[in-house]
Amino acid sequence: MTQVDSTLISDWHVVADIETLKDDTITTTYLFGERIQIERNHLKSISVTTDSGREVISRQKYGFVWVCLGEPGRPIIEIPEAEENDRHVITGGSMGVHVSGLRVVENFLDMGHFPFVHDGYLGVETNSETFPYQVDITADDEIVATDCKFFQPVASPNAEGGIMADYEYQVLRPYTAVLYKTNPLQPHRKDYIAIFVQPAGEEHCIVHPFLCYLKDGIDRCTVRWFMQLIFGQDKPILENQLPKCLPLDPRAETCIASDATSVFYRRWLREHNITYGAIPIDSASNFSESKSGDIIR
Amino acid sequence: MKLYNYELSANCYKVRLLMSLIGIEWENITVDYYPGREHKSEWFLKLNPLGQLPLIEDDGFILRDSHAILVFLATKFDDTGKWYPTQNAEVLGEIAQWLGFADSLNSTAGSARLHDGLFIECDIDSCRSGAHRLMRILDEHLWFQEKQNNMWICSHSNPTIADIACFPSIMLSEEGGISRIDYPAIRRWCDRVRRIPNFIVIPGIFAAGPDINCENTGS
Repeated sequence: MTQVDSTLISDWHVVADIETLKDDTITTTYLFGERIQIERNHLKSISVTTDSGREVISRQKYGFVWVCLGEPGRPIIEIPEAEENDRHVITGGSMGVHVSGLRVVENFLDMGHFPFVHDGYLGVETNSETFPYQVDITADDEIVATDCKFFQPVASPNAEGGIMADYEYQVLRPYTAVLYKTNPLQPHRKDYIAIFVQPAGEEHCIVHPFLCYLKDGIDRCTVRWFMQLIFGQDKPILENQLPKCLPLDPRAETCIASDATSVFYRRWLREHNITYGAIPIDSASNFSESKSGDIIR
Repeated sequence: MKLYNYELSANCYKVRLLMSLIGIEWENITVDYYPGREHKSEWFLKLNPLGQLPLIEDDGFILRDSHAILVFLATKFDDTGKWYPTQNAEVLGEIAQWLGFADSLNSTAGSARLHDGLFIECDIDSCRSGAHRLMRILDEHLWFQEKQNNMWICSHSNPTIADIACFPSIMLSEEGGISRIDYPAIRRWCDRVRRIPNFIVIPGIFAAGPDINCENTGS
């Protein structure tokens, strides 16, 4: 097994949407390339074991099963929006994607692709400008992108016509990112979308979306429909990215002004010595032998 | 016309696509297929005891099975008669043959896609190898069709519901780890399908760009 970074071993990772588990049935999944078994008994209690039979620490929260393979270094993230009664608080439908989870997080943070990949929904191809925005690192060592604006013809299924949507992005952990975006019916409030990405392997991940949408004008089924519509458009783009791992060398891929969040994200991963699912700078000189094959030699 | 629909279902997409191509107005009823498994809920099983999507309701007439729905829609609503030419025995026979082929594509390439994306269990190796076997057969068939200046699956000057039935599993195959790189005639056919007027997409498929070769038939 590839060496897994200690910060990731001591962190919490989502491994299943509880809604998809059946009583007295074992569900198999992968975390850091290792096969794990999730078993729920008829009392709804859940145990998670590795292939070698070791039971790992697990919790049920926000509709998901979370595990930590080592000693937890910090708690599962807190989501105040999940406690607000006027929101649908739901899982979005976990999906397997054949690419590094870090690539998925980076794509989630990117507004520049809206008009091309989500044409007619989150952007329009004839109006593709990304306006300048602000990126900072907070005192809690999280990445925050603010003052993000984008014109969206269908920002949400309950939108009646296009709006200029305000976004705020946060990267809370290497494989966890959230966004807040303007609710079309209550423009002073925001809908909340998080993705918890399960690094099944370095080049395979499972994306677990978590949604806290204001209930006004939208039902649960429609919230899920829209999340899967949008993510279904991202999936083939992500799966065609090469190399499949995320290069951390700033010279590896060309960035433009609208990629500021991505530049911060890659630097932040470097500074936290995250290598799982990444191509660290050290291996840049060995690119041709690196994790992903089809790189120009 | 109501369609009980799941956005990412290739079989629902066949129905949505034909309705767009023919110009049928319809009402969407979203079913929370995943992760909610609403197609196995009590209310839905009353409509379709098989617990499968898609399903349509037209003036009280209920019909399940995507291919049955294609036959019904084309026969009832397509005044041109080109999508399902009921007066042409040979073409109808061919369509039935290729609808069966499309079922096999569903249970191989389609299952592989659901396995990789939504964790629906199957024998993934046998699904992938089965899909490649079918795609080799289709690729060869389409190559010979092109040689006879026929751009579609059946011996007909227009696309038929056989093209619509086969297209989604083929075009989404890479989500199940099944590459189309070795099937050039299939790739040309996919581009032709994507250029039919009023073509619509499903997440995972993008519209085709303009045809710079003015329909390269491979000849």
